[in-house]
Amino acid sequence: MRESKTKGKNDLRVRVAKTYKLLIGGALVRSESGRYLRLIDPRGRHAGNICRASRKDLRNAVQAARKAWPAWQGLTSYNRAQILYRMAENLESRGELFTGLLRQYGHSSATAKTEFTKAVDRLVYFAGWCDKYIQVFSSVNPVSGNYFNFSYPEPTGVVAMTAPSTHGLLGPVSMLAPALAGGNCCVLLAGESWGALAIELADVVLTSDVPSGAINLLTGNYDELASYMASHMDINAMVTASGGMKEWQALGRASAGNVKRLHRLGEDDIIHGEHPRLVMQLQEIKTIWHPAGS
Amino acid sequence: MPVKAKGKRKLDFRSGWDYAPAPESADHVTLQGRYGHFISGRFTEPAGGRYFRTLNPSSGKPIASVAQATSRDIDRAVRAARRAAPGWTSLPARERGKYLFRIARLMQEQSRELAVIESMDGGKPIRESRDLDIPLAAAHFFYHAGWADKLPWAFPGRKPQPLGVAGQIIPWNFPLLMAAWKLAPALACGNTVVLKPAETTPLTALKLAEIISDAGLPPGVVNIVTGGGAAGAALVNHPGIHKVAFTGSTEVGKKIQRALAGTGKRYTLELGGKAANIIFADAAIDQAVEGIVNGIFFNQGHVCCAGSRLLVQEPVAAAVIRKLKDRMETLVVGDPLDKNTDIGAINSRAQLEKIRRYVTIGKKEGGTCYQPACKLPSKGYWFAPTLFSNVSQSSRIVNEEIFGPVLTIQTFRTVDEAIAMANNTPYGLSAGVWTDKGARHFKVSSALRSGVVWVNTYNKFDPASPFGGYKESGMGREGGLHGLEPYLDFEN
Repeated sequence: MRESKTKGKNDLRVRVAKTYKLLIGGALVRSESGRYLRLIDPRGRHAGNICRASRKDLRNAVQAARKAWPAWQGLTSYNRAQILYRMAENLESRGELFTGLLRQYGHSSATAKTEFTKAVDRLVYFAGWCDKYIQVFSSVNPVSGNYFNFSYPEPTGVVAMTAPSTHGLLGPVSMLAPALAGGNCCVLLAGESWGALAIELADVVLTSDVPSGAINLLTGNYDELASYMASHMDINAMVTASGGMKEWQALGRASAGNVKRLHRLGEDDIIHGEHPRLVMQLQEIKTIWHPAGS
Repeated sequence: MPVKAKGKRKLDFRSGWDYAPAPESADHVTLQGRYGHFISGRFTEPAGGRYFRTLNPSSGKPIASVAQATSRDIDRAVRAARRAAPGWTSLPARERGKYLFRIARLMQEQSRELAVIESMDGGKPIRESRDLDIPLAAAHFFYHAGWADKLPWAFPGRKPQPLGVAGQIIPWNFPLLMAAWKLAPALACGNTVVLKPAETTPLTALKLAEIISDAGLPPGVVNIVTGGGAAGAALVNHPGIHKVAFTGSTEVGKKIQRALAGTGKRYTLELGGKAANIIFADAAIDQAVEGIVNGIFFNQGHVCCAGSRLLVQEPVAAAVIRKLKDRMETLVVGDPLDKNTDIGAINSRAQLEKIRRYVTIGKKEGGTCYQPACKLPSKGYWFAPTLFSNVSQSSRIVNEEIFGPVLTIQTFRTVDEAIAMANNTPYGLSAGVWTDKGARHFKVSSALRSGVVWVNTYNKFDPASPFGGYKESGMGREGGLHGLEPYLDFEN
């Protein structure tokens, strides 16, 4: 681990390094498996260890997400919007931390700053959708008969996500924000080399009044966990921004087990991902019929 | 009424209640003895030269022969649809719509004939095919016709574009209606189609092919190919299609989802269900009983959204069950073409055997089976309306889709218990809620994880009303504004 190189009396000071854990059910916990992955920065130096989440950790996270869902879904849209906006506030105030980490893992100062400001703005963008998308995408249906009939979106439920191997901050934020705006609970697997960033994001989650378990953040190995996410019977939808065509096909096959909704995001969706489609692809349309008298 | 007599009196429905037969005549129906595939605007011989017979399930007798599709026929149909696509897409949208209006009108004109054929080929009561299936099928074309030139208003700023060729596979429970659900939005959105009707009920789709031909629709815009599961698989796997729309069982839906993984083809799946029909103590009980009957015995229970799980609040359970049994005594089971018939024939021998198997399982698991004393015809496929009480959440007949006139009854005490029981299923297509309290209806209908909720009614359908499931009941919607999206691409 790198030591401070500044001159003077700080020479002797040892930097306090962070222990990176997983965020499951509102608690920072180590992987139950006791396994870890070494984080290596682009210059080949050890930059810390992250947890290598196991299938059991994933199951625990899904359970926590399912448990948190009534609370998260049950909040008013206004309240959810404020929580997402609060996440933006808490991310903004950690600018130095995040741009520093982005630089450490290979970004230039300029791209680190762009990535960071985009992430904050994305949260603000989707915070604003929380109390609007239902209006925009609902309908009152003129059926032939004396019925009041209307359709509106409801959250799909528990959504699993695999974040991209690029865009260590903007990736997870762009995936989480639309799902959360739409009232879903999330289990996100960070891109392997960006684990530290994802877990720093946990501190943003934990300080923003997000109900425990509504956001769960895992670090670990994509090949080990992605297919298991796809076949998990209590995950309603999966969004993936990593892996190639072969992996995509394998996930598609596995996800048919419970007719899981599977969506793939390209890099463009991460960079420019400001579209209500990203909210709506994690929604179900409910239609209610009610007699209106004769 | 003397107190002594209370509880001893039983309504006798079996004396002096017989209806005189009132059969709908079938002499005005024109059917060919043999139908080829409808490809590029005309009926053509199947590549393999093979035909199969479609039976009348109320007699077991064959009605006509239809072509057995092989992958070569599917390929021909897909090529025809691809050839027709540029012309159809570039046709001014209003003119596209006019063809659909024309088809709707022709269906209305031929509605009596279509209703009779539907009841002959599928076994459903003429009252239902006449009053629901056929008018609703025509309405789907009429509704979607008007969308053709208004799509930019449905998706402001998104520049909707057709997908290309849609491969569509439909079930046997509402043959013509499902064809209309599939064809009308696909065509309105500018796609061309290869449609495969169900093996046991191909005739009304082939009559629709004649109507489409009479309407002058450009050749190849709609192609209808008959066959079984192998033909369906060949269509799903054909590299020339851009989208699959499937209505059928969850089991087959999962196979299709697996087959399409990684292909980039779009798909919508409308799959099975095991809907809860929830009766609260404050409901209008007589109306609720009618809703229960309509929920499970409509179309012999061959309905993906059938209210097959009755959940009754305890204070009214005994009264509801008594009234339900009385009502079941009056149901007329028999000739689908008789206008008095409430419950027609089971669609096929295979389906009849499946229903029987589930009833045996229900009894073995300790359920109490009740059937009214109705006479079933000696020939053909029939099953009496059936209730099961003393069942639990873990009973197979409570968990699995039977697709027949079999209702399970469970009771509950609280609103939360009812919601938990209703949602305790991998399915999520539909549900019914019966209550007089407005706030309770909104609470319950928003807590139910299902795509359609009928409050104080059941089994209502409309072209303007989106239909489709949550969870393992499928994905995507059909009908209404939301049903257009699955047939479109967007520039932004």
